[in-house]
Amino acid sequence: MKQTRPENSGAGAHSRRTFLKSLGTVAATAATAQVKSVAAELEKANAEKVVGPGAVPVTLKVNGQTLKLTLEPRVTLLDALRNYSSLTGAKEGCDRATCGACTVLVNDLPIYSCQKLAIEAQGCEITTVEGLADNGKLSPVQQSFFEKDALMCGYCTPGFLMSVTALLKHNPHPTAEDVKHACAGNVCRCGTHPRIVQAALKAAGVATASKTEVVDYV
Amino acid sequence: MSNWPTETKYISHSTARIDAPAKLTGNARYSSDIQAEGWLYGMIYRSKWPSAKIKSVNLDKALQVPGIKAAVVVRDGEFNVRYYGDEIAAVAGVSKQACLDALRLIEVQADVKHEFVVKENDARKDGSPQVWDGAANTVAPHVRENGTVDAAFGECAAVIEGFYTTPVQIHHPMETHGNTVSWTDDGVTAWSSTQGISSVRDGLAGSLQLDHSKVRVITEYMGGGFGAKFGAGAEGVLAAKLSKAAKAPVRLMLTRFDQALAVGNRPSSFQKIKMGALADGTLHAFEGENYGTAGIGAGGDSGGGGGGADIPMPYLYKVPNSRVKQSAVAVNAGSARAFRAPGNPPASFGMESAMDDLAVKLGMDPLELRQKNDPNPVRQREYALGAEKFGWKEKYKKPGSSPGVVKTGIGCASAAWPAGGGSRRTQGEAQINPDGSVEFRLGVQDIGTGTRTVIAVIAAELLGLKPDQITVKVGDTHYPPGPGSGGSTTCASISPTVFDICTKALQQLQTQTGLADARGDNWFAACKKLGVDPLVVHGQWQQGLSSDHAGGVQFAEVEVDTETGLVTVKKVVAVHDCGLIINCVTLESQINGGVIGGIGYALYEERVMDDLSGVVLNPNFETYKMPGIADVPDIEVILVNMPERGVIGIGEPATVPTAGAIANAVANAIGVRVPSLPITPAKVLAALGKVPPPVNS
Repeated sequence: MKQTRPENSGAGAHSRRTFLKSLGTVAATAATAQVKSVAAELEKANAEKVVGPGAVPVTLKVNGQTLKLTLEPRVTLLDALRNYSSLTGAKEGCDRATCGACTVLVNDLPIYSCQKLAIEAQGCEITTVEGLADNGKLSPVQQSFFEKDALMCGYCTPGFLMSVTALLKHNPHPTAEDVKHACAGNVCRCGTHPRIVQAALKAAGVATASKTEVVDYV
Repeated sequence: MSNWPTETKYISHSTARIDAPAKLTGNARYSSDIQAEGWLYGMIYRSKWPSAKIKSVNLDKALQVPGIKAAVVVRDGEFNVRYYGDEIAAVAGVSKQACLDALRLIEVQADVKHEFVVKENDARKDGSPQVWDGAANTVAPHVRENGTVDAAFGECAAVIEGFYTTPVQIHHPMETHGNTVSWTDDGVTAWSSTQGISSVRDGLAGSLQLDHSKVRVITEYMGGGFGAKFGAGAEGVLAAKLSKAAKAPVRLMLTRFDQALAVGNRPSSFQKIKMGALADGTLHAFEGENYGTAGIGAGGDSGGGGGGADIPMPYLYKVPNSRVKQSAVAVNAGSARAFRAPGNPPASFGMESAMDDLAVKLGMDPLELRQKNDPNPVRQREYALGAEKFGWKEKYKKPGSSPGVVKTGIGCASAAWPAGGGSRRTQGEAQINPDGSVEFRLGVQDIGTGTRTVIAVIAAELLGLKPDQITVKVGDTHYPPGPGSGGSTTCASISPTVFDICTKALQQLQTQTGLADARGDNWFAACKKLGVDPLVVHGQWQQGLSSDHAGGVQFAEVEVDTETGLVTVKKVVAVHDCGLIINCVTLESQINGGVIGGIGYALYEERVMDDLSGVVLNPNFETYKMPGIADVPDIEVILVNMPERGVIGIGEPATVPTAGAIANAVANAIGVRVPSLPITPAKVLAALGKVPPPVNS
């Protein structure tokens, strides 16, 4: 069969450049249309949810109590606790999710409260270190930290307590490796780590012994 | 020596940290937790240039930000900034968010100097940009010489030469530096995150031109210092100025980023060591040249001393012929400050590495080489105790002879800490109430070491009470003055002071009540006889109850993966002496902490500077790596109790030898030396000849 060529099949018609150009135009048009439609969708979806930049009412449920605050939407949960209420137990060590001193429980899961906006935490059950003891009686985890001396300056301690508490809620019989995994996101600079592992195991009912030996020189 | 009781219930036993419940429940109020009435948030605007002359700072737009109540410039007129992060101005406002907005609107006119230098080896070159105008970056070296070094090397059977380097290490306490300061007509009150309430009080009073009596510093709880938190700091003075301008208390805590730039670090060291021994292993000749950087200076605000780049060479071993040359190099980076055992960890790493390299050359067991050359009898005992517990003899193999891909190795190193003794100016008082309750008040601070608990333990022992019957108040300049918590001196300062208070209290109770012995079961009856007025007893540090110079020996076992270069510390045995043990449990915590700090120094920590921009490239925890819980090995502690010496501090010696022991264990495992801290996988692989050396090392 004789092959025919279209009338306008000059060299230019199918050049690489025009091919790409036309492809690009099509793609760009499609992309623009898509972006526009996505933007429209988002706008629609967010229409009722856009808050700020000014302060808005925020309601948090912390340690079983309701906290009614007025906060700019950019205020983190950590700042809401520390700077807009008297709950200063959660500490700021880095404000960028690398130290874990700000760890709190949100619906029983440990999170970095410096990385969650207070407005996002509404409707959740938030537990801070202040919420662990029961009417002044230390929780088993706190009691073990006390007895094992799993703290020194104490600044990272609230974060470790929350990580260990969350671990034991989900895994009541952890190994030392489980404890290390659970506390991998917490930094301590004084060097309390060995004692934290011992305390967590003690709270889980596992006895650990100190390997310290005292020897008289004379 | 001492008059300390020999039969004890609490001293040399373990009492749980008395302030732990407050810390465990979130009730402890750290300096960064203070919410003074009407408090404002404060933040610092820092130099974005490593070197510049600041011509003018315009705060007008920043002051117009809603919620901003005050803005101040660090000093009047034109001034120089000499490193990226140097303070320029500060703002105070009702929220962190308002302050962040305001910082963006500060306008600075500056003559930016494009010539600057951030690396030690660049700063030493002829023609290097000068950190201080008209002054050389390197001062003339300090030289010390004993014996006849050059001739002595000729008499040696074995001589090694090495170049051992350590990085700039950053303190990074978990609570950053900062204060809440309230300046009213009555004076200044500062809730400071500090190791020295008195030095902060004096520093603030000096900077603000106030009488000392008009400045009160309170540090109930603070989140670590490690030597960097003695002075008021630029941040303290700025907070005070903001408070005065805003007529409100200002809480100004540094950001983690600020912390890496401006408030201290451990100087680097570059140690060229030549050392020789006689055929029997007796050290005979040593020559050491060291330089390092303390940033733009030697820590003008360090308060606690140190901060310079000199290190004690040839450290703790006896070498009859030695020559040491040292110099500091200025670079455009934040100043050094005292850092846990200033000078000692780098000195230990250099000397202990050289010791092991020499042992290889002599064909000796490195532990034997130490035993042969360490003049200290206490450490001689510690070598023996530690070696037995660690199983040195069974574990020791010739360097590089560990089979397989993942090789094991062992190493040891020693510590000598010359301080640790008490401060003679320590005072304190106790108020004994007719109801039998008793409160001790000392103007020291508990930085996490267990100071409160030490006071309670000693008071309970001497008064025949229980530690929980003793109320301890520290951290307020309204209490009788005490020293800063540095040099491992706190325990040896407060223990004799509490001893003195208790002795006097018992004497006075006897005089006032007629009861021969008010202790124990008689306590409440005696106190009741006081009638309505409490007895207040003042005491001070007394000679003969404490001494100084603590030491220790540490043994480390490591695994080195020769395919990835990763070093894992498997075990550390730490043998330490600190005279009379006061409280075992907090003492063990201190030693654990020292070892873990040393692991960071050995394997992970290093401030990395960018020589093109002058910035610190790793100013946060995601890039400045510290040991995490999974990096911490099994740590076994042996405490050598020496009650005959009285009380000595432990905080510093516990961190000194760890890096040297680990470095030696790595060399023992792979058969080649990684002479540069931190011992990163890249450096291990380079030492094994598997990759080229890292560019920055």
